[in-house]
Amino acid sequence: MLYREAGQFKTTYAADQQVFPIRQDRIAVAALLVVAFVGVPLFANQYWLSAILTPFLILALATLGLNILTGYAGQLSLGTAAFMAVGAFMAYNFALRLPWMPILVSFMLAGLCAAAVGIVFGLPSLRIKGFYLAVATLACQFFVLWALQRVGWFTNDSASGVITAQKMVILGYTFESPADKYMLTLCVVAVLAVLAKNMLRSETGRKFMAVRDMDIAAEVIGIRMMQTKLLAFGISSFYCGVAGALYAYAYLGTVEPEAFNLDLSFRILFMVIIGGVGSILGSFMGAAFIVLLPIFLNTVAGPIEHLLGITLPSGLMSNLELIVFGALIIFFLIVEPHGLARLWQIGKEKLRLWPFPH
Amino acid sequence: MISKHLKSALLGVAMLGVAATGQAQNEQFIPMAGYWVGPFAAGGSGIYGGFIDYLNMINARDGGVNGVKLTYEKCEHEYNNARGVECYERLKKKGPTGASVFHTLSTGITYSILDKATADKIPLITIGYGRTDTSDGRVFPYVFPLVTNYWSQNTAKIKFIGSREGGMDKLKGKKIVNIYHDSAYGKETIPVLDAQAKTYGFTVTHIPVPTPGNEQGAQWLQVRQIKPDWVILRGWGVMNPTALKAAAKVGFPRDHIVGVWWSGAEEDTIPAGDAAKGYIAAGFNVAGANFPVVQEIKKAVYAKGKGEMEDQARIGSIYYNRGVVHGIITVEAIRTAQAKYGNKPLTPEQVRWGIENLNITEARLKDLGAAGFMQALKVSCADHEGGGAVKFQQWDGKQWKVITDWIQPDKQLVRGMIEASAAAYAKEKNITPRDCSKEG
Amino acid sequence: MNWQFFVEVLVSGLLAGIMYSLVALGFVLIYKASGVFNFAQGAMVFFAALTFVSLVERGMNFWIAVVVTLAVMVVVGIAIERLVLRPLVNQPQITLFMATIGLTFVLEGLAQLLWGSQPHGLELGIPDVPIQWLADNANINISQFDVFAGLIAGALVAGLAVFFQTTRIGRALRAVADDHQAALAVGIPLRQIWAIVWAVAGFVALVAGLMWGARNGVQFALTFIALKALPVLILGGFESVAGAIVGGLIIGASEKLAEVYLGPYVGGGIESWFPYVLALAFLLIRPEGLFGERRIERV
Repeated sequence: MLYREAGQFKTTYAADQQVFPIRQDRIAVAALLVVAFVGVPLFANQYWLSAILTPFLILALATLGLNILTGYAGQLSLGTAAFMAVGAFMAYNFALRLPWMPILVSFMLAGLCAAAVGIVFGLPSLRIKGFYLAVATLACQFFVLWALQRVGWFTNDSASGVITAQKMVILGYTFESPADKYMLTLCVVAVLAVLAKNMLRSETGRKFMAVRDMDIAAEVIGIRMMQTKLLAFGISSFYCGVAGALYAYAYLGTVEPEAFNLDLSFRILFMVIIGGVGSILGSFMGAAFIVLLPIFLNTVAGPIEHLLGITLPSGLMSNLELIVFGALIIFFLIVEPHGLARLWQIGKEKLRLWPFPH
Repeated sequence: MISKHLKSALLGVAMLGVAATGQAQNEQFIPMAGYWVGPFAAGGSGIYGGFIDYLNMINARDGGVNGVKLTYEKCEHEYNNARGVECYERLKKKGPTGASVFHTLSTGITYSILDKATADKIPLITIGYGRTDTSDGRVFPYVFPLVTNYWSQNTAKIKFIGSREGGMDKLKGKKIVNIYHDSAYGKETIPVLDAQAKTYGFTVTHIPVPTPGNEQGAQWLQVRQIKPDWVILRGWGVMNPTALKAAAKVGFPRDHIVGVWWSGAEEDTIPAGDAAKGYIAAGFNVAGANFPVVQEIKKAVYAKGKGEMEDQARIGSIYYNRGVVHGIITVEAIRTAQAKYGNKPLTPEQVRWGIENLNITEARLKDLGAAGFMQALKVSCADHEGGGAVKFQQWDGKQWKVITDWIQPDKQLVRGMIEASAAAYAKEKNITPRDCSKEG
Repeated sequence: MNWQFFVEVLVSGLLAGIMYSLVALGFVLIYKASGVFNFAQGAMVFFAALTFVSLVERGMNFWIAVVVTLAVMVVVGIAIERLVLRPLVNQPQITLFMATIGLTFVLEGLAQLLWGSQPHGLELGIPDVPIQWLADNANINISQFDVFAGLIAGALVAGLAVFFQTTRIGRALRAVADDHQAALAVGIPLRQIWAIVWAVAGFVALVAGLMWGARNGVQFALTFIALKALPVLILGGFESVAGAIVGGLIIGASEKLAEVYLGPYVGGGIESWFPYVLALAFLLIRPEGLFGERRIERV
C-alpha cells in the first residue's frame, strides 16, 4: 500500500533508467540525505558525531570498496586494511610535501596510489581464485604494513613510525570540530556512493557481475578477463584508500601501521557479509551493525551490573561481550546468509501489500 | 532534542542503568579505559585490578578523598585504537565534572587522543608508556608520562649494564643487541640507544620481532651469530616468554638479558618456565603483597568480599602493584588539587593543576604505606615525568627479587633529546611552548 | 659462510615448520571432509591448551587431564558441527568462513571466561635446550624439544594416515572427501562423518596446543598461530595431509633462512610476509598448490 510502484508510468527512456526508478525510493533517499546533511549536524551531540557516525561512514566506504570487489566482481580479498593504510600514509605524504593542495585532492591522489597497489596485488587473481586468492591477498596485507614501517619516507622518518595527521584545510577553511569532520566525511562518502551506484549499473558493473557469476562464460562472450579483474581491484582499492585517508584524518588523528592490521580487514569483510554481498545499501547496514554492536554491548554491560546489584569479576563482562558478538554474527549468518540488505528487501516486498495482504 | 531520544531509544538499558547509579554531586569521576580480553588481557586486568581496588579502598576506608567519593566506569577497548578513541569520547563528559584524568594503558591510543585531550582540556596520565617527548610540559601541558619514561629507563639500563661490567668505561667495545617489538612502542628507544652507543663506544644491533612475536627462532639465531655481551628485550605480551624460551634454545645466558618493565611481570616469566630463571628486568614498582598499602586494600576491600581480582593470588604481583601505583598517583593528584581549589568535585583543568604540582615525598609515601613500593615524585611545569629512576629485579624461578636500588637515568641526555623532539613537534603543530616561569 | 650456522638455521627452520604443520593439519582435515575453511582452528588450539593446563594446575594427573581435555574437545567439535555448520549447509564457502571467524570470538571468550586471562607455563618434561652432544661435537645447536615436536608430528601424521587408509571410518572419510553425493548414495552417514572429523580436528588442536603451549606458554596469543598455518596451506594445498607437512617444512626453512640471511639488509622483520609472498609466487606456477586437487581451482 505505502510502498507500491503501481501508477508510476515511465514515458521516457531517461525516466526508466533513473538510479532510483521507484518514487518512494527517491523520496526515502532524499529524506535520508536531508537527515544526514541537515538533521544530524544540528541535533546529534559531539559523542555521536565523532565517536560513532564518523567512523561508521568511513568504514561503510571501505566496506563499499570491498563489496565492489567481492560482491560484484567475485574476488575475495583479505587485504582491505592494507589498501586503507596505503591511502592514509600517502595522504599524509601528499599533505606534507605539497601543503598548498586542498586536502580532498590529497585524499583522491592517495586513493589513486592505493588503486595502483591494488592492481599490483590483483595480478595473482588472473591465475588463482577462491580461498587461495584470499590467502594470497594476505601477502599484500603483511607486506604493505611491513614496508610502511620500514621505509622511512612514508612516515617522514618519525622514530616511532606513527604519523600525526595534519589539519584538514580546503581553500583556507580548517575542518576541526566534530561536526566539520562529519560533514566532510559525509560529502566524500555520499559522492563516492552515488558514483558506485551508477558505475555498477553501467557496462563496467555488468562486466564485473558476469565475471563473478561465471568467469569462463564471461570470457566466451568477449569480456577481457585481465582488464576487468584488475579494474575491479583498482576501483575497490581506490575506495579503500580514500576510506583509509579519512580514517586517519577525520577519525583517529594519528596512525601507526598497526591500526590497519588484519583484524580490521576481517572486520570489513564481516561488514560485507553481514550487510549483504553485492549491495550498496548492505555495505552501510553491515558497517552500522559491526561498528555499533561492540559499543552497544560494552555500554549496556556496566548498567546491567548495576541493575542486578552485583559486581562481576573484571574480565567476565568483556569476555561475555566477545562471546555475544561472535554468537550474534553466527546467528545472523544462519538466519539470513544473504545479509541485512536481503532482510530489507523482504521487508519492502511485504510493504507492497501491507496493510492489505490480499 | 532528537539526539537524546535517539540515544535513549538505542541505549535504553544503558540510560536506565546510569539513572540507577545516581548522579550524586559529591563525586569525582575517573574513566577506566582498558582491556580485559585479548592478547594483553593479563596486563590490562592486573593493572586496572590494582587501580580500581585502590580507589575502592580509599572510598571504603576514608569515605573518598576529603569526603569526595571516587567513581569510575570501565570501557573495554581491546588495545585497539579505534575502540580507544570511542571510549575516550564516551567517558570524557561523565560524572558531575567530567573525566578528571584519562588513562589509556596503550601507547597507540595515547598517540591518537593526545590532540583531542589537549583540545578538551582533559589531562592524560600515561604511567610507564605513551609518548616519551610529552615529558616536556611546556609543549604538552595536558600530558603526563609520569614516574619514568622509556628513554629514562633505557639510560638507566645502560648504567646498570655498565655497573655489571665494572664501570661505564668498560662498555667500550661491548656488543648489545636490542630485540624489540615491531611497533611504535618497540621503536621508541632506538634513538636513545644509538646516542648512548656513540657516547660509550659500544655497538648496538636492533632486531625487530614482528607482532605478535610467537616465533622468534630467526631473531635469536641472529643473536647467537652476533654473540653480544648483553641483550635488551623490549617486548610485550607473548613476545616475552617466547624470547626467553628462544634464548634458552640458542644457549644465551638469561642473566644477560635485561627487559623493559612491560617485559618484567610474572605473566612474562611463568609461561617460560625454567627458561626464565636469572632473567633481569627493569621496574618502577616492585612486587609483593606485604606493603601496608596492599594490606589495607585486602582489609578494606577483599575482607568484605569485594575486589576486582578473581584470582587473589595475583594481588601483590608486578601488574597489580603497578595498578596501585596508578591509584596512588591519581588520588594524590586530586588531593593536591583539592588543597588549592577546595574539597569538592574538581574539573579536569583543576586536576591538571594538581598533577602538575604533584609532590609525593618519601615521607608521604611512608604515610601511604608505600615506602619502597615506588619512588618519590615531583612534577613541575617543565618536567612532566617526575621521577625517572628504575629498580632492577631478577626472576629466581618463583618470584621477582629486587637486585638494585633506584638507578637514576642520564637526565642530561634524555632531557636534551626530549626537548629537541618536543620542539620539533611544536613546530610541526604550530604550538607556542608555555613560559613556565609564569605558571603558578 | 659458516656452515654449522647455516645447518643450525636450516634445521631450526624445518623444525619450526613442523610446528606450523601441526596447526595446518587441523585445517586440512576439516576442509577435506566438509569444504569449510575453519579459521577457528587457532582458537580451538588455544581452548584445548588452556583447558588442559588449567586442569593440571588444579591438581589433575597429566594423563587424566589429556583424556578429559580430549573429551571436551570432542564435545566442542560436535557442538560446532551441530550448531554452526549444519544450519549453514549449502551456503557459499565465504559465509561458512565468516561463521568460523565468529566462532573464533566465541571460543576465545569462552576459554578466558572459564579459565581466566592469565598466561600459564606448561612443562612436558622435555627441556627446550640445545642437545649437548651435538653442541660439543659439531658446534651445532639443535633444541631437544623441537626434535621431540618433530617426532610427535610425524607420529600424528602416521597415525592419521593409518586411520584414513585402514579403518572403516577412515575410508568413509576419504569417500566423503572425494564426492559427498556419491558417498551419501552408497550409504555413508554424512553427518556422523562430519561430527567425527570435527572431533579429530579437536584432537589435532589439543596436540598442537600442547606443543605450542610448552614452547611459548599457554596464553591468548596461541590463537595467532593460525596465521602461521595459512601460507603452509596455500603452499601445500588445502586438501592434502602430506601437503601440510611438506608445506610446513618449506615455509619454516625458507622463512628462517630469509630472516637470517636477507633480513639484516632490509631492516628485518620480513618473517611476517615472506612466507605469504613465497607461497604466492609458488601459486602463480602451480595454482592448486603442491598437492592440491587440480580440478577444483582452475581459472
